[in-house]
Amino acid sequence: MTGTLSVFRREFAGYFATPLAYIFIIVFLFVAGIFTFYVGSFFPRGQADLTPFFTYLPWLFLFLLPAIGMRLWAEERRAGTIELLLTLPISIAGAVIGKFLAAWAFAIVALALTFPLWITVARLGQPDHGVILASYVGAALMAGGYLAIAGCLSAVTRNQVIAFVVGVVICFLFTVAGSPLVLNFFTGWAPPSLVSIVAATSIITHFNAITLGVIDLRDVIYFVSLIAAWLAATVIVVDLKKAD
Amino acid sequence: MTAMIEIRDLVKRFDDFTAVAGISLQVAKGEVLGFLGPNGAGKSTTMKMVTGFLDPTSGSIAVGGKDITRDPLAAKRLIGYLPEGAPAYPDMTPASLFAFVGSARGLDRATLKQRIAAVVAETHIGSVLEQPIETLSKGYKRRVGLAQAILHDPPILVLDEPTDGLDPNQKHEVRELIRRMKKNKAIVISTHILEEVEAICDRAIIVARGRVVAEGRPEGKAGGWRFGNVLAEPGRLDQAFRNITLGAAA
Ligand SMILES: Nc1ncnc2c1ncn2[C@@H]1O[C@H](COP(=O)(O)OP(=O)(O)OP(=O)(O)O)[C@@H](O)[C@H]1O
Ligand SMILES: [Mg+2]
Repeated sequence: MTGTLSVFRREFAGYFATPLAYIFIIVFLFVAGIFTFYVGSFFPRGQADLTPFFTYLPWLFLFLLPAIGMRLWAEERRAGTIELLLTLPISIAGAVIGKFLAAWAFAIVALALTFPLWITVARLGQPDHGVILASYVGAALMAGGYLAIAGCLSAVTRNQVIAFVVGVVICFLFTVAGSPLVLNFFTGWAPPSLVSIVAATSIITHFNAITLGVIDLRDVIYFVSLIAAWLAATVIVVDLKKAD
Repeated sequence: MTAMIEIRDLVKRFDDFTAVAGISLQVAKGEVLGFLGPNGAGKSTTMKMVTGFLDPTSGSIAVGGKDITRDPLAAKRLIGYLPEGAPAYPDMTPASLFAFVGSARGLDRATLKQRIAAVVAETHIGSVLEQPIETLSKGYKRRVGLAQAILHDPPILVLDEPTDGLDPNQKHEVRELIRRMKKNKAIVISTHILEEVEAICDRAIIVARGRVVAEGRPEGKAGGWRFGNVLAEPGRLDQAFRNITLGAAA
């Protein structure tokens, strides 16, 4: 994709040019720690593993990643820099992918910085390292999904607050699509095939499957398609909305 | 003379509002075209289409022989563009902005370094190179935008109000710069400063309500300009502008 690398480099460096990145990482690590050791009743469980951390991670991502994604395009349009960007000899797809990859890489850096949790459980007991590694891979894929959704919504509006709120709502719907709450809403009137399609779009179902320790190709394909579909939608939205 | 920019029957509609209502024009290499007209005439909208930011509703645009809708990347490579208001990433420094623009335009390290040195000298921004753009004064911000536009030494330059907000000395400098560059380039500038037209343009087009209403050239040795049957005395382009645009509005 023309321009992907240039856009990626600019965006990725941009995260660390402002305090935003550091604040984000600190908040993320702090809340992740709380969830793992207190809310997740780490000590009472008496099990040295990262299950509490990965159980709460989708909910943490649900709020934190739209905060990263909301600025991707809304900011370009508000500042008018989108005109500079899209008159460079780069394709819209190249710009969309470059921005997404930068946001994703940043999220992965934040995720990687939770490694002290892993070290802690490794010192306290004998966790299954394969399970933890698979869970981290699943978490990275899940982060990509949330960011692709949030990035697309940030192209819809130049207002970052709206982009954030709508981003959280859509991410939430994709998270809980497989839960009984949502499925009960559909069962009864919708055809069973639709119900199973809705269930299959659930982020949490696929993520939980991976955290059991097996990276199933189907789950990987799910996340990759989720990301690809939202990026494709972003390309269309950016093209349609760039003028207003 | 070969036309570096060729616009035919260009139309842009926003919903049911027509911002550009059928503009045709050509700009040749070695020529500076002044693009004039009242506020809201459609100057910026036309420039946004020429540079490939907006898609025309109808009509065609070729730059350097490349069609902007069919071969956008090739066309965009040939253009340097200063958008209206000189937008730039607020938390970047001019130095990092140039590095980004240079890399997106495919300049290699050595060329980029040499070009940055050249444009920094030409636009006099050496003192602010490492300062975040959001903290720059309006005039410096505009100069950074201009520097970014000429970074890859493009054969075609589209400058939307390049001297807006510059102090008199800088206005003079920028005009000198445009004059120096024009030999090998086709340049379009939009401006509301009519003395600028007299100072640097070889030709001027006045648009009003999305249409070309007059085209003018210098006439006579004294520096007057002729727009059709309207003749402007040296220094009195404003009067001709008023006659033409108010007449067109009637
Ligand atoms: N995205 C848009 N949606 C709707 N209308 C638009 C849009 N962009 C421009 N317009 C309208 O098109 C008309 C032409 O605007 P344009 O910016 O091209 O004028 P201009 O000649 O550059 O004026 P100025 O001298 O003030 O810069 C204006 O009436 C403007 O409101
Ligand atoms: Mg304008």
